[in-house]
Amino acid sequence: MNTATSLSARNTKVMNRFDLTSRLIRKLEHEEAVIGGIGNTNFDLWAAGHRPQNFYMLGSMGLAFPIALGVALAQPKRRIFALEGDGSLLMQLGSLSTIATLAPKNLTMVVMDNGVYQITGAQPTPAAAVADIVAIAVACGLVNSAWAADEEDFERLIDQSMSATGPTLIGVRIDDKPGVGTTRRDPVQIRERFMHGMGVREPL
Amino acid sequence: MAVAEQRTSSQTSDEKSWHGIVLQALKRNDIRLVPYVPDRVLTTLIKNIHADPFFTTFPTAREEEAVGIVSGAWMGGMRGAVLMQTSGFATLANVLASLAIPYQIPLIMFVSERGTLGEFNYGQSLVCRTMRPVLDSLAMEHHTCTRLEEFEFIVDRSIKQAITTQAPVALILSPLLTGGKTFDK
Repeated sequence: MNTATSLSARNTKVMNRFDLTSRLIRKLEHEEAVIGGIGNTNFDLWAAGHRPQNFYMLGSMGLAFPIALGVALAQPKRRIFALEGDGSLLMQLGSLSTIATLAPKNLTMVVMDNGVYQITGAQPTPAAAVADIVAIAVACGLVNSAWAADEEDFERLIDQSMSATGPTLIGVRIDDKPGVGTTRRDPVQIRERFMHGMGVREPL
Repeated sequence: MAVAEQRTSSQTSDEKSWHGIVLQALKRNDIRLVPYVPDRVLTTLIKNIHADPFFTTFPTAREEEAVGIVSGAWMGGMRGAVLMQTSGFATLANVLASLAIPYQIPLIMFVSERGTLGEFNYGQSLVCRTMRPVLDSLAMEHHTCTRLEEFEFIVDRSIKQAITTQAPVALILSPLLTGGKTFDK
């Protein structure tokens, strides 16, 4: 094992989930959808400021990208962002090939990689010391995948993804801080408001 | 004339087959998105759905992934259904209990039933026994479809009920309906 070597050898800055999520949200001007994976990922999405176009997962670990793919297929003219943790993504690596095959150009995926299951006590993931999530994504056929070197690079990659001709995956290395807020755990309201945000339904 | 041309003899017999009934019911109810994990029994249905440009259909690596996809699509205004076999259903308890049911998503599942009425793989017969207890423990609507003459009614009504009540449904395709998978080697 060469944990220390491989991690320190990376030239990507260790950033913060809430900061990056806030930077993303500030860029959104066209009612873009944002799907937040379970735990800290959607807690920070909530904390960055609730929008009707945000969807917060309260379970079904690993399904942020598949859910986002579904929204992207249903609404090809809307930009869809999906935020997922590295531990969550490990549960559903197969979905990367599905997304590469369908190749929706309106989908931008962000992997928040801290190498740990922060919310359960920061235990390392089985991949932390050995695997490179962006390399996995590329090998799954998501050729437009890259690590963000720093915050500025993250914003550049987000901007670039908005006019990409295929799906984009952005890996970001983050610290082990917990989420800043806590999503209100009301699944029916979350889903209903998201559908209002997607223009699918009117409020009662 | 156009109608007459569409009604070739093979298509008429297809419409009366169980898989023809499924395909027509999906179209009638505007269900366009059909991700699946394949099964031998579902082969003809999958082939015909692929051949029909009305549908967006593709395989997924896991059944859970397909459930996530149709859930997202529903929230985006596109209706979907998932095709799988019994052992695939056995992987779904978590996503049913944490996504489809609490978020009130009308998840429509067609489950080709293996593990009974001539099963040759003991593991399949065991996993089959977990299916209905899981459905019942979550108080989910489910029907075991055995008779062709009832099938269109069950499928069409179940799809409509799922959508109007915003609740998932599992339609279990019994070997009595489909012929099932037979021991060949």
